[in-house]
Amino acid sequence: MARQATVPLKPRAVPLKPRATPRAGRVNGAQALVETLRREGVQIIFGVPGGASLPIYDALYDAGPLRHILVRHEQVAVHAAVGYARASGRVGVCTATSGPGATNLVTGIADAIMDSVPIVAITGQVPREVIGNDAFQEADVTGITMPITKFNSLVMSAAEIPQAVHQAFYLARTGRPGPVLVDIPRDVAQEMCVPEFTDEVTIPGYRPVLDGAPNQIAAAVKALAEAERPVIYAGGGVIGSNAGPELTALVDGTGIPVVLTLMGKGALDELHPRCLGMLGMHGSAYANWAVNGADVLLVVGARFDDRVTGRVKDFAPRARIIHVDVDPAEIGKNKPAHIPIVGDAKRVLAVMAAQARAPKIESWWKQITEWRERHPFRYHQNDHRISAQYVCDQLNKVTGGRAVAVTDVGQHQMWMAQWYRPRAPRHFITSGGLGVMGFGFPAAMGAKFACPDETVVAVVGDGGFQMTLQDLATAVEHGVSLPIIVLNNGALGMVRQWQSMFYGGRFSSSLLRNPDFARVAEAFGARGIRVERPEQVEGALRAALETEGVPCVVDVICDPDENVLPMIPPGQSVAEMILDE
Amino acid sequence: MSEPHSATISVLVRNAPGVLVRVAGLIRRRGINIHSLSVGPTEDPSTSRMTIVVDTAPERTELFAKQLRKLVEVLRATAIDGTPSVDRELALIKVNVTSGTRMEIMEIASVFRANIVDLTDRTMTIEVTGRTEKVDAMLTLLTRHGIREMARTGQVTLVRGPQNT
Repeated sequence: MARQATVPLKPRAVPLKPRATPRAGRVNGAQALVETLRREGVQIIFGVPGGASLPIYDALYDAGPLRHILVRHEQVAVHAAVGYARASGRVGVCTATSGPGATNLVTGIADAIMDSVPIVAITGQVPREVIGNDAFQEADVTGITMPITKFNSLVMSAAEIPQAVHQAFYLARTGRPGPVLVDIPRDVAQEMCVPEFTDEVTIPGYRPVLDGAPNQIAAAVKALAEAERPVIYAGGGVIGSNAGPELTALVDGTGIPVVLTLMGKGALDELHPRCLGMLGMHGSAYANWAVNGADVLLVVGARFDDRVTGRVKDFAPRARIIHVDVDPAEIGKNKPAHIPIVGDAKRVLAVMAAQARAPKIESWWKQITEWRERHPFRYHQNDHRISAQYVCDQLNKVTGGRAVAVTDVGQHQMWMAQWYRPRAPRHFITSGGLGVMGFGFPAAMGAKFACPDETVVAVVGDGGFQMTLQDLATAVEHGVSLPIIVLNNGALGMVRQWQSMFYGGRFSSSLLRNPDFARVAEAFGARGIRVERPEQVEGALRAALETEGVPCVVDVICDPDENVLPMIPPGQSVAEMILDE
Repeated sequence: MSEPHSATISVLVRNAPGVLVRVAGLIRRRGINIHSLSVGPTEDPSTSRMTIVVDTAPERTELFAKQLRKLVEVLRATAIDGTPSVDRELALIKVNVTSGTRMEIMEIASVFRANIVDLTDRTMTIEVTGRTEKVDAMLTLLTRHGIREMARTGQVTLVRGPQNT
């Protein structure tokens, strides 16, 4: 792709054009932008420069502690920003130039809105006078991203930049978090202005409700206390609002079993005795049976996604539903709530935990324990072919669930969701709502930049890894210590599984002829390990986790015939769950 | 889910670039068909009111208003379902006339309290205001004379009494 870059960025001994004489407080729009980012506490930006964003990059040249990470594809920039945001809880920032640069952000922005991740995307735009003229590298990016941003804006004067960007950060991180895009024409970035920085935000149409209605909370507490078979169904909203401790307090105070969504993994320590792990299409049988049998279901920060519910009318059919969500539009969207509570998960759970009374549920636990013992997740590891589930299980054992695990999308993602048991929130990061292949490695890189002292490990499939693996170059350049475990089954595994189960085994375009990933890694300057025998797995995982200063790609050749089970077929209910082959 | 029906949603928005597209786009991607959408300024020059008539099941109407409220520029979104309201639409109808039909058409216009706003030896343009059903009824009568052109504003609505829309 051609990106206009006629001005050499370095060395810059002689500026092409003398800077405008700095008069009292006068800066250009790009400098105002950089100053605003600094005031927002931004430490790192992921991006790729181009013609329309050159003024911004010129301002970034001497932006001091504000680091810019040059990635090799804008999609990586936005996934890295998402990984950064999800690992740290701070707003992730990415940037791209106009046209093709900006459109390359689209997938990651859509991922961020589906998973409610706070990111700000700054895009360059063609100069004001040619907007709408089909100018070189022009795309209507505010138009394109309208359905996938929480808000977006095209800034038409330099003086507006501080307010627009400050507002973008405010919108991204408050209420239900989400992506916000700010589009800045090149000449606006060059225009001189006297910026006014303010901490105030006044958006008349935006007033998130954070405190749940006390009478509704009281009703919920009463319903839980009187329940005979209660279950808590916790989603990504619990993690997004940092409500892990409050959830734990409520669970400890009441003894109610907890099921987690894919996005909610780690909201409760998954070794907590009350934690039943993931529910839904590939959730555990006992988690799904518990929800199916529940008489009261407390849903927090979750949205009754179809991958959780299957056929909605048969989901939790006997339960009174208490639904807590900061987004009023989620309540009643898919499943009516008997007790709706609009509010921030952390605040609502704190009040609930303080008021909660323990229900008498010994016989309920007896039933759940029996289910759990009868139908645990299981796999079979034989002597010659490596089970991908065995690798996930080993990774869980080797890290103790204390590493930040970031997955790509597909079979390996579900096996990780089943076998990896994060001990804390923000320790399981995956593309939940949109299901983006190519997400895992860039998001893991972003997470590592956010939390350099944590162990971060990427687990990817051979299909998804090839969608963004060019950025091994970036990870090598910045000395990122990142184990990347490729569960390589020579196929688009989940596609293959569906073809095998629902399309009569006609493997149409789902089998992959792969490169040697270990040698690919070495070509990029990373470390590569190829694993072909079961007994090599544990050692290779340990070696990768101990590798410092470069990514380490572990190419694990897995059994292609292994399926993700249990499975509730799409659009069906718990009654139709497939437990075994 | 019950039968689709027409629901009216009144949306108060800030005047900002792209607001109309944002609102219309949200409706489209929720898979809802728009009957009519009218926009105009309100008593406050910084805001506009959109009156949107959509095909949607009654129990979805409030959910749909909630989705609209999520838009940052939307100040209010009210599902007007069952609330007494004043609903009006304006239509300009250009109809064929001959010397033989002119009087009859003028009578129709008079019955509907419509105004004749343009007249030639072959055409007549009639301005009619009222509920959508009234405009439809008048159109039915005029159809056999041959309607050459028509423009309708779509419905505008305010809730009756002191209550805000």
